[in-house]
Amino acid sequence: MSKLIVTDLCCQRGYNQLFSDLSFEVSSTNILRITGTNGSGKTSLLKILAGLNTSEHGTVSLNEFDVNSNEYQQQIFYLGHSQALSSELSVIENLEFLLSLNKPIDKERLNVAIDRIGLKGYRDEYCSKLSAGQKRRVILAGLFISSAKVWLLDEPFTALDGDGIKIVENIIQKHCDDGGMCLFTTHQDSSLSGQKVLAL
Amino acid sequence: MNIYLQTIKRDLRIAIRNPSSVINPLLFFVIAVSLFPLAISPEASTLSQIAAGIIWVSSMLSVLLSLNSLFHNDFENGVLEQMAISHHSLPLLMLSKIVSHWILTGIPIILMSPLLGVILFLDSESIWVLMLTLLLATPSLSLIGSIGASLIVGIKNSGMLLSLLILPLYIPILIFAASAVSQAQFGFGIDLQMYFLGAILVISLMTAPFISAISLKISLE
Repeated sequence: MSKLIVTDLCCQRGYNQLFSDLSFEVSSTNILRITGTNGSGKTSLLKILAGLNTSEHGTVSLNEFDVNSNEYQQQIFYLGHSQALSSELSVIENLEFLLSLNKPIDKERLNVAIDRIGLKGYRDEYCSKLSAGQKRRVILAGLFISSAKVWLLDEPFTALDGDGIKIVENIIQKHCDDGGMCLFTTHQDSSLSGQKVLAL
Repeated sequence: MNIYLQTIKRDLRIAIRNPSSVINPLLFFVIAVSLFPLAISPEASTLSQIAAGIIWVSSMLSVLLSLNSLFHNDFENGVLEQMAISHHSLPLLMLSKIVSHWILTGIPIILMSPLLGVILFLDSESIWVLMLTLLLATPSLSLIGSIGASLIVGIKNSGMLLSLLILPLYIPILIFAASAVSQAQFGFGIDLQMYFLGAILVISLMTAPFISAISLKISLE
């Protein structure tokens, strides 16, 4: 049973205090939806949990491994606001590289993931030719391959159509049913069952 | 294939599909060198005396011009974020990007330098020495330049700032490299200059990827 523990987290950007004394725990099978108004610190919180940003004080640990440890980083799949795609590369070339940053990739599984996210036929298409929703789907295809325990997804449903949202919700649900955990931010309604809400 | 080779392959592939990022700095290098005979004098004796300085200053400015794009696109599209949270060594990932930058800017400059040497009336032995100095020192230009590029990656319109940060650090390379070619022209030994250029390369190789990784983490916050 994995447990992500956040204790007394405080985040300041410039002169603005985004949040302070924030503490919570997320265990295996939990889905945590982070809500809040624009500028309330949702993205900053996810970036701190991913180890990209530092907090003013407080600690983040996963099974007692600190956020900066290699063991922690190996268990994280982070999807930020930006798509992390190069427009000069094809869908498969982009995914191959991005997912290899975490672990070696089986090309067959990658092809299946691209099909399942709804991009069948776009495998060799340059990302510059894709719509915003399709670009979002490309990076979300990584969810089908990721073996990380903790998924940190910043606005995963942005630019997706109804079908796309359904696919992503299903994969999040399956991941958590299989013992993973997911923390995500969104301004949209979500039909994920058993989700807890953290309002910033 | 390991992730470091994959990073180099990816950067080269992007450059091939967007060749202006490689061709523009090279064209700048060639044009900048060709302007000097027009502005100073077309005489062989005058040009051959200052040829090493002209080629070296132009190559530095050309590398500087290309440094802006070293991390910029990957910063904008979020790839650097993914690199930073990857459990692979960020300094080695930075080194891979620096190697691809050198392949795309340093090697074309080295290959073009004999032609420009001939235009500036350098003798054949001096051209060999010029190529040797470029081979030894252009990797240092990419390595040192990566420190500045990673520091300013999040700042808009930062080209001038990059020049102010990096050009002073290039001065020792310029002095030793230009001096080596001048020494060769007069038939003197160039061992001392080559040792210094080699030492600068080793020191920048050992430090620049780490400093770039730290700067990049700061820029990503």
